[in-house]
Amino acid sequence: MKMTLADSSDSPAPKKRYGPSLMRLLGGTLTRHGLLVAASFLMLYPLLWMLASSFKPESIIFTDLSLIPPSFDFSNYTQGWNALQQSFTVFFKNSLLVAVLVVIGNVLSCSITAYAFARLEFRGRRIWFVVMLGTLMLPYHVTLIPQYVLFLKLGWIDTFLPLIVPKFLAADAFFIFLMVQFFRGIPRELDEAAVLDGCSPWRIYWKIMMPLSTPVLTTTAIFSFIWTWNDFLGPLVYLNDASNYTVPLALRSFMDSTGQSAWGQLFAMSVLAILPIFLFFLFFQRLIIEGVAHSGMKR
Amino acid sequence: MTPISSTERSSRSSAAMRRDLIGYSFIAPWMVGFFFFSLGPVLASLYLSFTKFDLLSPAVWIGPENYVRMFTEDPRFYQALKVTFTYMLCEVPLKLTFALLVAMVLDKAIRGGAFYRALFYIPSLLGGSVAIAVLWRQLFEGNGTINQILFTLFGYKGQSWISSPDTAIYTLVLLAVWQFGSPMIIFLAGLRQVPQDLYEAASMDGAGAFRKFYKITLPMLAPVIFFNMVLQIIEGFKAFTPAYVVSGGTGGPIDATLFYTLYLYQEAFSYFRMGYASAMAWVLLIIIGIFTSISFLTSKYWVYYEDDPR
Repeated sequence: MKMTLADSSDSPAPKKRYGPSLMRLLGGTLTRHGLLVAASFLMLYPLLWMLASSFKPESIIFTDLSLIPPSFDFSNYTQGWNALQQSFTVFFKNSLLVAVLVVIGNVLSCSITAYAFARLEFRGRRIWFVVMLGTLMLPYHVTLIPQYVLFLKLGWIDTFLPLIVPKFLAADAFFIFLMVQFFRGIPRELDEAAVLDGCSPWRIYWKIMMPLSTPVLTTTAIFSFIWTWNDFLGPLVYLNDASNYTVPLALRSFMDSTGQSAWGQLFAMSVLAILPIFLFFLFFQRLIIEGVAHSGMKR
Repeated sequence: MTPISSTERSSRSSAAMRRDLIGYSFIAPWMVGFFFFSLGPVLASLYLSFTKFDLLSPAVWIGPENYVRMFTEDPRFYQALKVTFTYMLCEVPLKLTFALLVAMVLDKAIRGGAFYRALFYIPSLLGGSVAIAVLWRQLFEGNGTINQILFTLFGYKGQSWISSPDTAIYTLVLLAVWQFGSPMIIFLAGLRQVPQDLYEAASMDGAGAFRKFYKITLPMLAPVIFFNMVLQIIEGFKAFTPAYVVSGGTGGPIDATLFYTLYLYQEAFSYFRMGYASAMAWVLLIIIGIFTSISFLTSKYWVYYEDDPR
């Protein structure tokens, strides 16, 4: 995708007189900016309001619409952090552990699989590739219950294993698909030369393909992290004990218990919950947006 | 025409064997995952859908009874379908229209275009999280922020949008439309592919902005619009977190936000009717299958490989 903005459409009328067309251009640009600024404000107001409210005392949250808190009081943060039986230190640790392991699992297992589909010749490759694409279309509802029964039989309920182990077995077909597309774009001459030099496929995968694929590996890592961090259904189904809760589960139980009378603290914890994702977005904005543009990634 | 000697042939086939061995060693992890987490569960859930199963005692075969009950005696099943389709019929067109409009504004050369694009994308990134669902619940409470704004601006005293069965679903529609950023980015990528000389030629012929949109942008963008639509419909079927959090897991008030996925979750993990829930999952699989097969049939418009070996 070309990232440069095509500006030819703004000056398509060379025959017209300079004055009015300049006026129109200026007017059009102003209206557009006005609309965009208004739209941005409307869209971001809830988020900014939540951020502001996390610094406000409980008594004014429901009446104060302003985006600037009267003072930067961190008591909602300190109280919210310890409002549940376990402190949020536990929940953030759990979330981080699961997310990091899922990232590692996805990057390794999906790239190994994708390398085989993109580059290796073996009997049945095409059939398995089509099967893999088929699993892409499988909604999680259909596998949820038997998977639950399987993990129950294995004694994995209330551990992180059901959330992590499938990712080490390339269960996220979407990322395999993404990587196959990327690997196919890498010139074949590179690995053919390596074959002539006597390199084994594992060596080619690790020494040539992986280093050349940092963009797609980073995209995979970012989206794995964000999706896992936000995931609610998985932890909801598999985790029972509060000491195993991830951040989304903790927020839910916070809201159900004390949250209704402590919105300030709830908002403070919500702000902290989305902060890592926001930071990811700030740092990897270009990769994230290109990823969406290329493959229609949701969320 | 030279006959292949037997040693040559066996070395060739052993080379092929070696290639197969290497290939399968690479896809082995995926194959294990595929059998245990995809194929196995799909077949198991098909079997379970014909049984009565509560996790405690072994599954009992009851034939098509689950399906019969679903379609003939279960008003909540129809309610769940109604809620899900209402949600999608509102959310998908609104979201796509909004996404396309904003994409067209941003596609024109405009200072800070990349900045706006990033801003508009932020809700898509955060929208599925519990934190945002929590925020949404406060915004649309009886004394929540939306009513405060309505009262300050218009002196209108609103009810609780969340706890009224007439409006609860629309707060979730709004939450979905708020996340128009990701289809917008796909539209932007599509708009960049439309050759600019088409617009220039149309301008020469005196076509107005509306005509250009109708005769050039829309047809050129049709595959992208279709792709976005299918994607959003599938995502719409899967929506779960917002409905769960906003309604406190009940799908209430009086089942007004009982999404299909939420009802399935309740049947499976609140009432432990695993057989019935499996049957529901299969009905959903068939509905989604219809939509995805449409998208596959049209995939030639939007998927291509830069280095396709076939």
